[in-house]
This record gives sequence, C-alpha cells and structure tokens, in this order.
Amino acid sequence: MKKFINNPEDVVEEMLEGMAAAHSDELRRLPGWNVLVRKDAPLPGKVGLVSGGGSGHEPAHAGYIGENMLDAAVAGEVFTSPAPDQIFEAIKAVDSGSGVLLIVKNFSGDVMNFDMAAEMAAAEGIETAQVVVKDDIAVERKEDRRGTAGTVLVHKIVGTALEEGLNLQEAVELAHHVTSRLGSMGISLSPSTVPASGKPGFTLADDEMELGTGIHGEPGMERKKIQPADAVAEELLDNVTAELDVKNGDDVIVLVNGQGSTPLMELYIVYRKAAQLLFERNISIHKSMVGEYMSSLEMAGCSLTLLKLDDTLKKYVT
Amino acid sequence: MELTLNVMKRWLVTADEKMQNHKEYLSELDQAIGDGDHGHNMARGFQAAVENVKENTEEDIGSLIKAAAMTLISKVGGASGPLYGTAFLKASDEWKGKDSLSQDEFTKGLEAAVEGIKTRGKAESGGKTMLDVWTPVLEYIQHHDIAASDLSAKAKESMQQTENMKAEKGRASYYGEESISHTDPGAYSSYLLFEALAEALDKEEA
Ligand SMILES: Nc1ncnc2c1ncn2[C@@H]1O[C@H](COP(=O)(O)OP(=O)(O)OP(=O)(O)O)[C@@H](O)[C@H]1O
Ligand SMILES: [Mg+2]
Repeated sequence: MKKFINNPEDVVEEMLEGMAAAHSDELRRLPGWNVLVRKDAPLPGKVGLVSGGGSGHEPAHAGYIGENMLDAAVAGEVFTSPAPDQIFEAIKAVDSGSGVLLIVKNFSGDVMNFDMAAEMAAAEGIETAQVVVKDDIAVERKEDRRGTAGTVLVHKIVGTALEEGLNLQEAVELAHHVTSRLGSMGISLSPSTVPASGKPGFTLADDEMELGTGIHGEPGMERKKIQPADAVAEELLDNVTAELDVKNGDDVIVLVNGQGSTPLMELYIVYRKAAQLLFERNISIHKSMVGEYMSSLEMAGCSLTLLKLDDTLKKYVT
Repeated sequence: MELTLNVMKRWLVTADEKMQNHKEYLSELDQAIGDGDHGHNMARGFQAAVENVKENTEEDIGSLIKAAAMTLISKVGGASGPLYGTAFLKASDEWKGKDSLSQDEFTKGLEAAVEGIKTRGKAESGGKTMLDVWTPVLEYIQHHDIAASDLSAKAKESMQQTENMKAEKGRASYYGEESISHTDPGAYSSYLLFEALAEALDKEEA
C-alpha cells in the first residue's frame, strides 16, 4: 500500500480537518462530529438536505455542500456507513423547523443507519424523510440496486428545488421523480485499497476489465478482456439507454465519472464516444459532466450516468 | 442458573477480547463476500463498549446492556452496527432494573434481540447473515440449560452452516451463487459473542 497518509486509523478525521480548513468560507465542522455543514445553515424556512456515507468517495459528499446542494454531509469510516448519532447531529444542525430530507445510497449499512437516525430525529420532534438512490443498473433486482454517481444529480436537482422553497413532501416527490429516470453503470480496470485493511478490494488481471462494479468494488456483471475506449463507452451507453428507455428526441444529462485514478484524458475519450452515439441517435445532451464526482479511492475505471429529463426536471438544471 | 451483573460484564469483556483477537480473520471473511471491514468494525465497537463499561458503574443489567448498545450503535458503523446495537438495545429493555436474570428472563431478552435484528435488517433466517447464528442459539436456549457447555458448540455449528447458504442480504448478496462456500462474517462474529457468553458463564460456575 502506497498512500499519503499518516496513520490508517486517522484518515477520516484528518481529511475532515483538512476540508474544514480549506473551505472555511463555505462550511464548518460540527465540533466532535464527522459532520460538515453549510456555514449559514440552518436556513430559515428551508427544508434541510443531508447526505453522507462511507468516506473514500470524495468529493462525495462534503464537496457538495453549498447553495443549491447539500446543507450537511456525514462522513463514515472509509467505505463504511456513518453511525446514526452522527447523522442525527447533521439533521439537528440543518433543521430550521421545516424538516430534513435525507439522501441515502442503497447499501444495507447506510439504509439501516439513516433509518435509525430518522427514528432519533422523530423522537425529538424533527420531521425527516428519506430517499434511497438505486441507480446502479448492473444489479438486476431493482430494489437491490446500489447507489452510485447518479446520487450527485439527486443532490443537485433537489437542492436547487429546495432553495426555491419546496416543502418536504414536494421534495420527496421530486427526488423520486429524479431517481425513476436515473441510471448508471461502472467499469473498472483495477481495485482500490482501504487504508485500514491495506489490501486491494479485489483482483483483476492486467488485461482484464470488470463491467458493472460498484463504487466499493462490489462484483459486477462480467469480467472480460480490456477493450478500446470507444467500445467501453458504447457498452455502458447501450446498457443505460436501454434500461431508461432513452430514445430519439429525448433530452439527457450525461455524467462520466472517474473512479479515482483514471485520468481526465481517458474520461473525455469515453465521453467523446458517448456524445457521438447520442448525437447519432438524436438524443440531445442538455448538460455534460466529466470528472471525479463519486470516486472510489484509487480505483481505476469510470462510470456513465444518464438522467432522462422532462420539463419538471429542466426547471432545476442550471 | 442465574446470570448476574458480573457475568454480563464478563460477557462483554470476553466478547471484546475475541473481537480483537479475530479482527483480521473477520475482515478476511468479509473480504471474500463483502468489503473487508467487518473485523475492524467489530473490534472498534466492542473496544469502545468495554471502555464505557469500565468507566461507568452500571447498577443493573438493563442499563449495562443499554450503554453497550448505544456505544455499539455509534462506534461499529456499517451494517453490523445498527444490527448488533438494535439487538442489545431490545434486550436491555427486557432486562431493565434487574441485577440478575433467570434463564427465562435472559431468554426473553434474546427473543427481543432476534426480533430487533429481523426488523432492522428486514431479514429472515436462512439468508446467510448473523441471524443464522442468533436464531438457532435462541431456540437452543429456549429448550436447554444455558449453563450447559453445548451453547458454544451450537453457535459454532450454526456459524459453519452459513457456508452452504446463498446470501440474500447485505453486501454478500451481490455475490449471488458465488457467496456459497464462504462463511458469513456476521455469523462468525455472532458465534464469538455466544462463545464469550458460554465462557463468562463457565467462569462463574468454577
Ligand atoms: N439486512 C441484514 N440483516 C441481517 N444481517 C445483515 C444484514 N446486512 C448485513 N448483515 C450482516 O452484517 C454483516 C456485515 O457487516 P459489516 O460490518 O461488514 O457491514 P457492511 O455490510 O460492510 O456495511 P457497510 O457497507 O456500511 O460497510 C454480514 O456478514 C451479515 O451477517
Ligand atoms: Mg463489510
């Protein structure tokens, strides 16, 4: 293991200290908690927006704190869900009395910890609602699908809408509307290493790639010989468009996400082909995002996310 | 057989020792069909729970176990934090204000714990999880003297049987058929927990 760390046990704490110091103009740390909140939170009258999960996916989630996005982000240990008391602190810090919406990636740990935090909030009279993102179409059963890079689009659209004054119930409906039109698929070239374990999460031969891997290296659909970027882009795009039934005349947001150690150069090469194919199929790209949005430590690979837009969603895409 | 406050304390301390000693092994099991953090999660949580027990001078079993539950909930994280935490919390409710438990009273707590795990995890036994140790151990205790040395053998045998199961819940479920022929990490840590209970009872007898 070769990393710029001090002690594997301190990585989350030290990262949070670094983030709070670097971005003190926009966010603050709740003293004693692994929670970063928007500096001006709670905003009077606004429904709070909280997300979080295991660390190691930076900039997710603390990087999305700010206007039109999150009010708070909760950081768990690396690739491990945060505990309920941490999430509860975040909820309390951003609640203005209008309730708090929790955006959760669908992993059993995250779901259970956020459930418990919501119960703790209810016991103190704070209203919360949860939306679980299940955008990873590599998993067959819809209810088992994992939350991946598409989560960022949920933050963005719901965050923008909340700023405009949606109430909690309306925000839940909007978030469900987003997730019903959202799909992602990843492809990986090499694994990541969680500092505490010191060992790579999986192994892949030098000439292999794995289609459908999750953001913690969960197994995908298939391993095969590595292919050129164009073929990779086409396979990801075909899978996601088929799943979302994106067709001629539709409008989409395209997100090509880097898993951690794949250069932007390669992400753009993948994006290029995806954009060409969409153009040929007369699907228009309303907005493009290329970069690291939901990383997986130093995993190599990328994922492609599409959000199929409609008039409701377009209102909130800036 | 009475389970005294002392036995319950020793249970937690012994469980912590076992989690520390098997930290790497539990994470290795989790590496095969999960994300390799289970041993670290359990070791972190039990260490904190036991520190807490040592600092606090809990007067009754209910508050002892409740304090442990709250620490597990906040320190374990992952999927096993809420599950173990809920189990202990539900049991502590049954043991409120008691400074010693009859076997019946202990069993009531364990029943509540198993219900708690099922509800929290939306799981049933047979899905290759910790429930596949908790459920058979509960059934065993419902029908046998808890002091009998077979308790840890029962837990062990149940843990081993998870090897033949296909994972239905949690991270391991992504492995589908491939999860078969691996022992479930949560079942293993649960086996350690019940082995610790058997040892804590043994010491009391001696
Ligand atoms: N829904 C569930 N019901 C019962 N037990 C479960 C469930 N999900 C997971 N488990 C148990 O939890 C164990 C895994 O715990 P672990 O501490 O590794 O959490 P995790 O799944 O890695 O969480 P995270 O994804 O947040 O890291 C499994 O071996 C299994 O016994
Ligand atoms: Mg795990």
